[in-house]
Amino acid sequence: MNPGLLAATVLCALGFLGIPFLIAGAPVESTMGVVQKIFYFHVPCAWLLLLSTIYCAVGSVQYLFTGSERGDQRAVASAELAVLFGACTLVSGPLWGWVAWGYPWTWDARLTSSLLLWLMMVGYLLARRYGGPAARKLSAALALFAAADAPLVYVSVNVWRTIHPKTTVVPSLSPGMRGVFWTSLLLFTLLWIVLFTVRLRLERMRASMTQLELAYEDAHA
Amino acid sequence: MPPAMGTAGQSPPVPHASWLSQTIAIAMKDLRIEWRSREVVYTMGFLATLVVLVFSFAFVAGQDSSIGPGTVAGILWVAVLFSGTIALSRAFDRERESEAIRALLLSPVPRSAIYVGKLAATALVMFVVELIVAPLAGVFFSARMAAHPLWLALLLLLGTIGFCAVGVVFSAALLRSRSRDALLGALLFPIVVPVLMAGARGTSILLDPAADLDGAMFWTRFLLVVDVVFVAVGLWAFEPVATGE
Repeated sequence: MNPGLLAATVLCALGFLGIPFLIAGAPVESTMGVVQKIFYFHVPCAWLLLLSTIYCAVGSVQYLFTGSERGDQRAVASAELAVLFGACTLVSGPLWGWVAWGYPWTWDARLTSSLLLWLMMVGYLLARRYGGPAARKLSAALALFAAADAPLVYVSVNVWRTIHPKTTVVPSLSPGMRGVFWTSLLLFTLLWIVLFTVRLRLERMRASMTQLELAYEDAHA
Repeated sequence: MPPAMGTAGQSPPVPHASWLSQTIAIAMKDLRIEWRSREVVYTMGFLATLVVLVFSFAFVAGQDSSIGPGTVAGILWVAVLFSGTIALSRAFDRERESEAIRALLLSPVPRSAIYVGKLAATALVMFVVELIVAPLAGVFFSARMAAHPLWLALLLLLGTIGFCAVGVVFSAALLRSRSRDALLGALLFPIVVPVLMAGARGTSILLDPAADLDGAMFWTRFLLVVDVVFVAVGLWAFEPVATGE
């Protein structure tokens, strides 16, 4: 294991031991109460869903147009993380909405586009697994369409009124909350980097295993 | 021996066909096959009618009250998209028989012409079915389908082009996959949600006697933007995908 990854893993583990105390100690929001603390978990996950999707599309473009194996490996690693963090976002959001809005789900622009983005990333993994001989190209094309589609979905739903809290929430946080929020965001991003690196290593090892097998078969043919 | 011919063994010079005529040739080939078998029009038309009927049994059968324009528009678009997957999967299924796809890819035609040709032929066949299903839905739900017939046809055509622009790429990539029928719908529907939303919203405004037509204008323009984006991405992605592995 390379020392950078080891250090990041240790830092990440220590951070996740400490962050619950920080969140518990952060000021309680006056109107929503304790349920507002989901925010420290929900927003980083949503940010990572977006980051993973963009990264997946970038890797897919590289793979489709230059045939870069590395691009493909990065794309599949990010697609899996998009599904993971997307699931966290889609579970934590309704839990908060249930208390704050009185209902768990609404067809608001952000909710709908996150759900569809997540569905497309699940589609990416399905295409990769069951897509037959052209599976990798199919999933790469899917990621490309997903990236082009996200703004369209957002605009089309946004024509109706949106009730999700705006992005302007973050600068308006009280200083105590802001510190905890940014720590949490950094920590989750660090977790993403660790998971991504490990997943990418696995994909590379798998590729070199396949090459070795092919070489062995050639030598003993 | 004609003077234009070269020495023996050399192939005669091939007249250079323009991109447009190549595209039309590919579209015409598919339309001719469809004209002779009428397979997609019949199966897709039957399924679309059944979807509309199933909804009408579920919502209105046994009640005298008719349902609102929003629901009728939604039902029409769901019927179009669900049955449209038949047209899409057949678009490249035919090329699988006797490895026709190999001949198609080997022919001196740019991939973009294959993509646009397939797109045009599939969208046209789907559109013909829609022209039959939309009045039927109007009859079953007593909706005002004839209020703005040309506008409604334009919405359906734009929506179909957007749907096929994505679908043709996936259908080509799934050519050799065993689970292609299950996968095509699963991959396609999340992506074509903007088409469905814009189409259904626009149609519901056209069907509503009290509605303001500015909304329908907005959704028509929005569909046009979606089409441009999807066709651009499709043209871009089709070449590497069709080359296959």
